[in-house]
This record gives sequence, structure tokens and C-alpha cells, in this order.
Amino acid sequence: MLAAIRSWRSQLRAIIDTQLFQLRGPERGTLELVQRRIFILPTGYGLLFVLTLLLMLTGAINYTLALGFVLTFLLTALGVLSILHTFRNLAQLRLTAGKVEPVFAGGSAHFTFRVDNPGGLDRYAIGMVRDKRALPAWCDVAARASSTLQVAIPAERRGRLRPGRLTAFTRYPLGLCHAWSYVDLDVTCIVYPHPEPAGAPLPPPTPVRGDGANAGDGRDDFAGLRAYHPGDSPRHVAWKAAARGQGLLTKVFAGNANAELWLNWDDLPPALGIEARLSRLARWVLDADTAGLAYGLRLPRRTLDPLSGRAQRERALEALALFEP
Amino acid sequence: MAATLPAERLDPKSVLWLVAALAMVAAPHLERVPLWLSGLIGMLAVWRLYLLYFGLRMPSRWLLALIAAGAVVGVFIAYGRLLGRDAGVALLVIMLALKLLELTAHRDAMVLSFLAYFLIVTNFLYSQSIPTALYMLAAVWFITATMTGFQYRGRRPGTRAQLTMAGKLLAQAAPLALVLFLFFPRVQGPLWGLPQDALAGMTGLSDSMSPGTLSTLILSDNVAFRVKFEERVPGAPQLYWRGPVLWDFDGTTWTAPRVPYLLRRGFEPLGGRVSYSVTVEPHSKRWLFALDLPEKVPPRAFLTTDFQLLWPGPVTTRVRYDMTSSLEFRSGGDETPYELRRGLQLPTGFNPRTAELAKRMRERAPTDRDFVNIALRYLREEEFSYTLSPPLLEGPHPVDRFLFETRAGFCEHYASAFAVLARAAGIPSRVVTGYQGGEINPVGDYMIVRQADAHAWVEVWLGTEGWVRIDPTAAVSPARVQTGIGNAMPGTSPLPGLAGGNYPWLHSARLTWDSLANTWNQLVLGYGTDRQQQLLNRIGIDDATWQTLITIMLGTAGGVIVLLSLLTLRRLRRGTRDPVLKAWEAFCTRMAERHLPRAPQEGPLDYARRVATAVPDLAPRISAISRLYAALRYGKQPDQDGVERLRRMVAAFRP
Repeated sequence: MLAAIRSWRSQLRAIIDTQLFQLRGPERGTLELVQRRIFILPTGYGLLFVLTLLLMLTGAINYTLALGFVLTFLLTALGVLSILHTFRNLAQLRLTAGKVEPVFAGGSAHFTFRVDNPGGLDRYAIGMVRDKRALPAWCDVAARASSTLQVAIPAERRGRLRPGRLTAFTRYPLGLCHAWSYVDLDVTCIVYPHPEPAGAPLPPPTPVRGDGANAGDGRDDFAGLRAYHPGDSPRHVAWKAAARGQGLLTKVFAGNANAELWLNWDDLPPALGIEARLSRLARWVLDADTAGLAYGLRLPRRTLDPLSGRAQRERALEALALFEP
Repeated sequence: MAATLPAERLDPKSVLWLVAALAMVAAPHLERVPLWLSGLIGMLAVWRLYLLYFGLRMPSRWLLALIAAGAVVGVFIAYGRLLGRDAGVALLVIMLALKLLELTAHRDAMVLSFLAYFLIVTNFLYSQSIPTALYMLAAVWFITATMTGFQYRGRRPGTRAQLTMAGKLLAQAAPLALVLFLFFPRVQGPLWGLPQDALAGMTGLSDSMSPGTLSTLILSDNVAFRVKFEERVPGAPQLYWRGPVLWDFDGTTWTAPRVPYLLRRGFEPLGGRVSYSVTVEPHSKRWLFALDLPEKVPPRAFLTTDFQLLWPGPVTTRVRYDMTSSLEFRSGGDETPYELRRGLQLPTGFNPRTAELAKRMRERAPTDRDFVNIALRYLREEEFSYTLSPPLLEGPHPVDRFLFETRAGFCEHYASAFAVLARAAGIPSRVVTGYQGGEINPVGDYMIVRQADAHAWVEVWLGTEGWVRIDPTAAVSPARVQTGIGNAMPGTSPLPGLAGGNYPWLHSARLTWDSLANTWNQLVLGYGTDRQQQLLNRIGIDDATWQTLITIMLGTAGGVIVLLSLLTLRRLRRGTRDPVLKAWEAFCTRMAERHLPRAPQEGPLDYARRVATAVPDLAPRISAISRLYAALRYGKQPDQDGVERLRRMVAAFRP
């Protein structure tokens, strides 16, 4: 029974969405808030205002106050006018989705929308929100000018994040009416896997063509430190750091023609699970990038050759974000 | 109802606006409430501003509840009640002031704004004059501007912009408000009983008269009623506006019968018919006023046996009615012995010297008419004087004291003494109070009758002649009846402000103002069920039911709303046409005419490159247009000169 009601309700909702609100899924490019896209209803304050008007009308009738009638009718007309003005404050705005910076899962994706006002009226207090309980983003748009709205949306899982159906709304000028329009623009944010807490040491560099299992021959440029693995040459142990109580660390040298740092999916124990393995890889990408190392990433069906720098980091994290087992 | 937003804090500017708006609507009330209450209200407002200025926290709810409880007790002590007009208003204002100290969020601010609107209506309970209306219109404007202020989320555009926005909203709302005012079906109030004190502070005649009753009323400048004559205006000596008729005398005070006689009695009009309409000011009693004697009875009103016009209930709002009167008439002739006995009743043992005088006069007079003349001659020839501040009539026999000792009095003294004389001589008589005279206002061509024109006279029963009006005051001071109260008073008497007329310019200014007020009363304040029907008759709709009215109202309002939408949304549509885009589209159209249309996905620079190769001779201009367009469209800085340049370049471009 309950399930029947629930399914009936969701069907009704779908009909309302497609028929009344004309929702047709994400749209590309610029969205113009034309008349049929804008909906308007009184706010709670609007209803309270109507109640006040009824009270005033009753008083005016009972005490035969001609000016009471005048005031009641003037305010009634003001309420009607505020519908027009609230509608006008939102109408004909153009929304374009901007570029979104990738984020790590667990953070917030900041979707930016450019709001163009091609008309000759200044617009005030345009709000944008996804979750009705969240604080909206606000902006004013002067006549023939643009402004931006930035909506923060929690990025919970790695992958592509769509903002989903957002609501652009306004209550200006009197707060008695709420005009809104659904904004579903085709824009995505790449959400990187949440990097696991620092701690797991980077894997040892892999010797090219199978020779030389150590961390370089000591004649190359010093590149950084990593945790000591049994078997590392005692000549490469950072004894000074050990003396400072930092534990055993091994000096790593860059430019080693014979060894490459590979972050390899298959090297991680399958028992960890997919997401944990991706988290570990993300951590390693960050660590390697911080250390300024060149690194390669080897995933099933995808391989990135060893490189260093910002572009490599983004490529690697994106590959992890979009990884599909 | 649309979704509610999370509670938002109010910015300090909005608090300031709101305090100012509330002060504006509460100010007229502050002089009406007790002084301690005004002080408390002012203190609460100042407290709120102090907290705002120093950014301090609001006081605890307990403290506010304590103050509220104290104020309620105080109001109860001051007014003896908590309901009713005055106490209710006092409570409302104090609660609003207390609410200021809870004002932190948008929600509180919105609720307070609505209450401020409501407070305006309570002001109309006390005054609906033109200055009040203008002041309250300014208050509506200010409150509306305050409400716009709550909605800003970015930089506030400033006081002026807020007032402009609110002014525009109200100006656009006005035509719609007018439609509603004209066609909203009016219901005759009240819907329930008015509180007892709703009628406080109204002046007018009462149903009893003792020495001093009228002379205090005469000091009042207030308008009693206004009259618009249809054709001729009768001369001053004929302007006897009939009010309460007093039958019963207890030695000092004349009173009207508690229950009016409603037996209709005709009279014989002898000519001098005059038609006019009266708009009587509210006076909380039932009388309507008409010239002696009323020939017709206005709808809803009725006429008593002694020709008083009565309204079904107390006159609490302006009442307007059309009248026809006969100035010459012969009334009565079929009175019952019971009525005539009532007209002879005198308390025994009172005023013995008056009774003695009446007896002596009676002996010299063969007929009742002769007696009347002898009595009038007595008043005229003895040393009687007409004054607004007569000596007090102490002792058990006030009429004796007046006729034989003080000999100075006002119309009520003369009317009372004359009626007592007549009754003592066996002639049935009654005292009629009302107004005598009136001032023509040349500005609006109507007559103003003020409380200062209050008068009392006597009617005596002369057998075949019926009831005959005798004005003993006219015998003493003919000027009172000939030229009005202002000229009848000796210079030393305290004169009513307007009747004095020492400053002609002031007088004419006041007449102009009264004419304005009269127009206001007739057109705005007097617009009710009757006027609504009249309006509908004029546009050709008879017997409009409320359904008809609603249809007309909704139809007209719909039309006005459509016009207003066109007006408000026009600027939106016109502005939508971005001049840059418009110029570019014109350029593309011209190229398309040369069979070089732009592909939908083609950017401006790509397109320009393509068409430039097709028409090499125009290449420099095509490239200039497309580059300027791209710069204007996708550039960061708005460039008004560039827009103009692009427009001109495209206009000159003829491929």
C-alpha cells in the first residue's frame, strides 16, 4: 500500500516535472530565462500579507473607514504589482555555466554560472541554490552587464559530478513572491578520489630493462627522501635525518636513467578494494608531485608515461577519477 | 506557498529604516495615549537603536515579557479595559515597540512591516482628514521602501533608489487600487458592535438642555453638517435646522421623551418649498437635521410625530441625504389630549415668580396669540441682554432667577423661560433645539453649519394655527437670527474662532480649506453603498447585485493588470535587444543576402575569414567588423563608444 502511494507520488512528480515545469534534462550552452520557464508563487510572507489585508478590510467595513478601504486596496494592488516586478526581476536573464575546477571527493565543487543581463533594468538579489536548506548564492546584475553566481555542491564520490537541477530564484522587490526557474545546464566537475591519509610509502622505482634494483648509483641529483625499505644501500640512508629522530629514510636521486617510478594498480593488493586502491594511488600521485618526482601511472586499460609537473598530476588524478574497473 | 529560506540576519541599515517607519506611523498615536506610555514606547525605540549602534545583544525574553505584562496592567489601569478602540491601539503600539527588541531576523522585520501597515488603519479610526491621508500615504511609501531594503543581498543601492523603487510600485498600484475602490462590493458596516469608546470625542446636540449646554457647544468651530441647495438659498431668518424636540421639564433641565412618538402626522405646506442635500458629520446621536418642516423622509430614516428626523442608529459616519422642506406650513390640529397635556406639564412649586408673571400676562391677553405677543414684548422691552457667558443660575428656581435677577442669557435661557411662561399660562409648548443660520462657502457654493450655530427655540400650540415657532432670542437680539452668531455677540464675549471673522484673509483661506474638505468627504470618505449605486447608474447599470459588481471589478482589474504588465515588461523586452548582437545580426543578414550565410556553429572570426576569402574586396571591412564584434561581445570591459562604432560600421556596410 505504502509502496503504491510512493510510486504513485513519484509518477505524479514526474508528470509535474515534464508537463508543468517542462524539464527535459541537462541543456547545453546558454540558458535564457524566458517567460515559460519562470514560475511564481507567494512566499509565506505573501500569505501573511494577504491575512493582514483581510484583517484591514474587516476593520474598514466594520468601522466604515473609507481610508481603510483605500489603504487595503492600495496594498492589494501593491501585492499584485509585486508579482509582476518579481517576475520581471528574473525574466530574460541568461545563464552560462563556467569552467569548474576539479576537487577531491569529500570537498565541495564550486560551480560558477555567468549571469548576463541583456536588458535595461538593474536586477537585484538573484539567488541560486540546489538544496533548499542550504544558503543560496546571491548576485546583483546591473543593466547590460554580467555577474557570476558560484554554487558550492558537496562532491561525495569520485567521477563526474553534475550539479543537477539548480533553482535560480528571486524575491525582490518586496519578498511577497518567490519567482524561480529550474536551471539544469550540461556541466560537470571532475571529482578526484579522496587521497588516503599520508603514510603509505611510495613504491620503489622500477629498473628499466631489468637491471639495478637500488635507488640509483649516487651520482645523480638528489631528488628527495622516502621511507627506508630493507635492502636499500646503506650509502643512501639519510643518516643525518635519522640522527634527528626522523627514522630511517632513503635518499632518492632523480635523473636515474635506469629506474622509473611507476604507480601501478596491479601492485596494490586486490583485497583493499577498488576505491581504497584508487585512494592510495591518489595519495602517491600527490606525494610524488610534492616531491617533484617524475612518475608514471599504470591502470588496467590506461597507462600514463612517467612525467612530472602540474599537467601530469591533473592527468593522473583525472584518470583515477574516471577509472572504471 | 514557496519554499522558505533559511533564517537570515537583518543588516543594520534595515533596522534603522524599520525603526523610522514605525516611528512615523506610531507618532500620531503617541499624543493620544497616556504620557507614561508614550515615554515607554520612545524609550524602547531608543534602546533598540542603542543596541544597534554598539552592536549589543538583544535583551532576554524574560525581561521583555515582564515589561509587556507591566504595560498591559498599566493600560488596564489607564483605560479601565483592554479591548475597545483606545486601549486596543495603546496595546498594539506598545507590543510593536517591544517587538523591536526582538528584531534580528528577516522574519521579524517582515512581520513588523505588516504591523506597521496595519497601524495606519488604526490611525484612521481617529482622523480621515486630507492631512492625515497625505501623511499616511507618505508612511505607506516609507514602509514599502523599508521592505525593499530587506531584499537586497549585495551592495545596497542607497536611500534614494529604495524610495524610487517603492514610489514606482505605489504609482503603478494606484490605478488598480482605484478600480478596487470603485467596484469592490461595499457592505454596510458595522459587522459587529463597535466598542463603546469608538464614538468618543464627537460633539453635537444632546437630548437634554440645561443652562450652559448650548453655550459650550457654541465655542466649538466644528462642522455640524454641510448643505448643498438645489436652487435658491433661503434667507437667514428662515434657516431653522430642526433637531431634538424637548418636552419634559424638571425645573432646570429640558429633556426629550425617551421613546420617540412615531405616529406620522401630516402638515399643510403653505409654500416656500426648498430642495437640498445634507451631509451630516458623525455626532454619535440619532438625529438628522432638516429645515422646518421636512416634507420627505430620506431612505432608511424616519420621522417622528414632532417632526424630528431620526437615523436607525447612532450617526457614526458621515450621512448624506436629499431633503425637501416647506418653509411655510401649518402643522397640527389633530393632536390628542394626551400630547397637549404633556406640553403643559410643569414641576409644581418651582419658579413661583415666573408662574405669577404668567398669570398676570394671561389676564391681560384675550387670546393665546395675544399672550405670546405680550411675553415677547416683555423680553424685548425689559433690560434683557444676550451673552455667551451669563451669570450662573444658582438656587432652586433658575427661571425666576433669570427672569427677575440676572437678565442676561443665551438662547437656551430665553427658550426655556419662554416655554415655562407659556406652559404656566396654559398654552402647550415645547423646546426645539437645532441650528440656526449657516455660512455660505462661495468656494464650493454650499452652506456650512457649525456647532457654533446651535440654537434653541420654542413651539407653542395655538389651537387652530397648530404648532407655531416662536424664537424668543430674536426678540432680545434680532441680529442673532438676521446675521448669525458672530454679529450678535458684544465684543467682550468669547467668540468662536470662525464666527469672529476679524481676519478676512484667514477667513477666506479657511473657507477654501473647508470646501476642499467637503469635496474630499463627498468623493472619498462618503463613497459607500449609495454612491456606488449612483456611479453604476451613471454608467448604465441599474440594480447591480454584488455578483455584477464582482464581475465588473474583476473585468476592469484584469484589464488594468494587462496594461500594467505591458508597461512593466516593455522595458524588459526592448532592452533584451543587445545593440551589439543586433548590429552583428544585421551584418550576418547582409552577408546571407549575398549567399554567404553563417553556419550555426561558426564563430565570428571563423565566419569572417570564410566570407573575406569569398569577397576579397570587402575583406578589410569584414575583418574590422568581426573583430570589433568579438571584442565587444566577449571582452571584459563594456565599451559604449565601441558599440556605437560597430553600429555605424554595420550601417555603412553595403556588400
